[in-house]
Amino acid sequence: MSGALLLIRRFAQVVPVVLAIATLNFVLLHLAPGDAADIIAAQSGGSSAEFVEELRRSFGLDRPFWQQFLFYLGRLLMLDLGFSHVQQRPVLELILDRVPATLLLMLTAMAIALALGVLLGIVSAMRYRSVVDALVSVLALVVYATPQFWLGLMLIVLFSTTLGLLPSGGMETIATDMSPAARALDIGRHLVLPAATLGLFYVALYARVMRSSMLEVYGTDFIKTARAKGLSESRVGLNHAAPNALLPVVTLAGVQIGHLLGGSILVETVYGWPGLGRLVLDALLQRDLNLLLGILFVSSVLVVVANLIVDLLYGVLDPRIAQR
Amino acid sequence: MSGRARGGALRRFGRNIPAVAATVVLVAITLTALVGPMLYPVDPFDMVGRPASRPFDRFPLGTDVSGRDILAGLIHGARVTLLIGFAASFVATAVGVTVGALAGYYGRAVDTVLMRATDFFLTIPSFVLAVVLIAIFRPSLISVTGAIAAVSWPPIARLARAEFIAQRERDYVQACRALGMSDARIIVVQILPNALPPVIVVSSLLVATAILTESGLSFLGLSDPDAMSWGYMIGVGRTVLRTAPWMPAIPGMAILVTVMCINLIGEGLNDAFNPRLRG
Repeated sequence: MSGALLLIRRFAQVVPVVLAIATLNFVLLHLAPGDAADIIAAQSGGSSAEFVEELRRSFGLDRPFWQQFLFYLGRLLMLDLGFSHVQQRPVLELILDRVPATLLLMLTAMAIALALGVLLGIVSAMRYRSVVDALVSVLALVVYATPQFWLGLMLIVLFSTTLGLLPSGGMETIATDMSPAARALDIGRHLVLPAATLGLFYVALYARVMRSSMLEVYGTDFIKTARAKGLSESRVGLNHAAPNALLPVVTLAGVQIGHLLGGSILVETVYGWPGLGRLVLDALLQRDLNLLLGILFVSSVLVVVANLIVDLLYGVLDPRIAQR
Repeated sequence: MSGRARGGALRRFGRNIPAVAATVVLVAITLTALVGPMLYPVDPFDMVGRPASRPFDRFPLGTDVSGRDILAGLIHGARVTLLIGFAASFVATAVGVTVGALAGYYGRAVDTVLMRATDFFLTIPSFVLAVVLIAIFRPSLISVTGAIAAVSWPPIARLARAEFIAQRERDYVQACRALGMSDARIIVVQILPNALPPVIVVSSLLVATAILTESGLSFLGLSDPDAMSWGYMIGVGRTVLRTAPWMPAIPGMAILVTVMCINLIGEGLNDAFNPRLRG
């Protein structure tokens, strides 16, 4: 199959998923007690029943269920996720404001986790049952059991309060006279703790997966051939086994993007990172359901898009997959 | 699984020292949750002393920002944590096995529809969905348990489906069909017992995930306002992180130890039930 056709097919697969996400959102919206008209009426303080009815008509809330659903889908198509009556701004605008910070945090954490995790996995497979191997196992045991937000708090105590090395929260120092380079450095310093907090779990996870994948590859014939050719053990490990062992790690990284986003939300609230997580917290405190559902929709779509990218990456990593 | 195979699994589990140690610790935590409130009868919501008193001062583990006894909170929190962890895992397993069994046994359209739904739920960020669900239904023990279960069943469904596909063409299933046994009976009485061991392993690990999710939700304030929980205690302690770091540290350690024990037991069960997969 040609590349372009493959691309089109993959994109076509995304449509039903997004439609399903929209349906779920619509259902959740109607599960919530009280509709938009009730909420606005409550906020304006004791409105008459006629006014609420009028509002309901203007929102189309008096129409049959299926008409409302079509209306909802139509609005989504025009990228209208509704209005946050608490913050007095369109939901989509509020969310798009916060997406870059969350993406920066997620991508940094993911990059750290992939680099460190793959490295540790390679070392513990090449030094099977060594001290390093055992240490990675212990790390995994502890990290799998640690609540991420709590780890964040403890890291603040250690690196910020006690050692005074890194800022404890926020994304940048409030200052107007910074050069772009100085500003990037400043954001970087603020990024270290949240990214480490979010990434550590995945470092352990990818190290474990890379290790077992490497050990599996070590059992195959072409590794025996490489050894028989008299290649050094480090060359066999790094040049032959490692690239072939990478695929399960990439698969897992792709599958877990949704999980990473969930973790990011908690970690952001710990560090006051101005991303989607902070927005979730604000929405919760103000009971802004419209905004919460918008966040669910956008974050789900983000995951779908990320999965698509990972899917296309497979083809690059392993040409045999693209043929299918 | 025959009685002898089960005995072998039990013996293998008994030889796994970390798993046995973890079982002992988890039993101790469970006993604390069950009888602790009777042995240490302090209401975790009562203001019993000066706020933020240090551990070992007047109270065994000190007091929180509102002068509430931290040890009492820890004991009562164990109840909520274990209750939600096990209940959510149980409900998720029941839903997952039902979906997986139907998809695996019937195949074709049933399989396609159910697995599409499963994949869909695997795609949406589960923590965000849990947050939205609890926000809609208001935080309570039931809504928190239900929300965690609602986002945790898909992996169980996939596993159960694979097991049912592996079993459905076996001779004993064909024999049951030939005897005119109903599908429901074949699924529940014949295949389910054979499909269960790997499901039990994953479902035990799910308890650990459920506890971590619950702690994150209650840290955000999404917990039953009438039930003390460890995540809520961390959230309270966080406000005095700089001056009293032990306050969030103590309940966090409780979560860490509990979850680690459950993971070790789960891995022990895995090694015991699936000895071929040992690394």
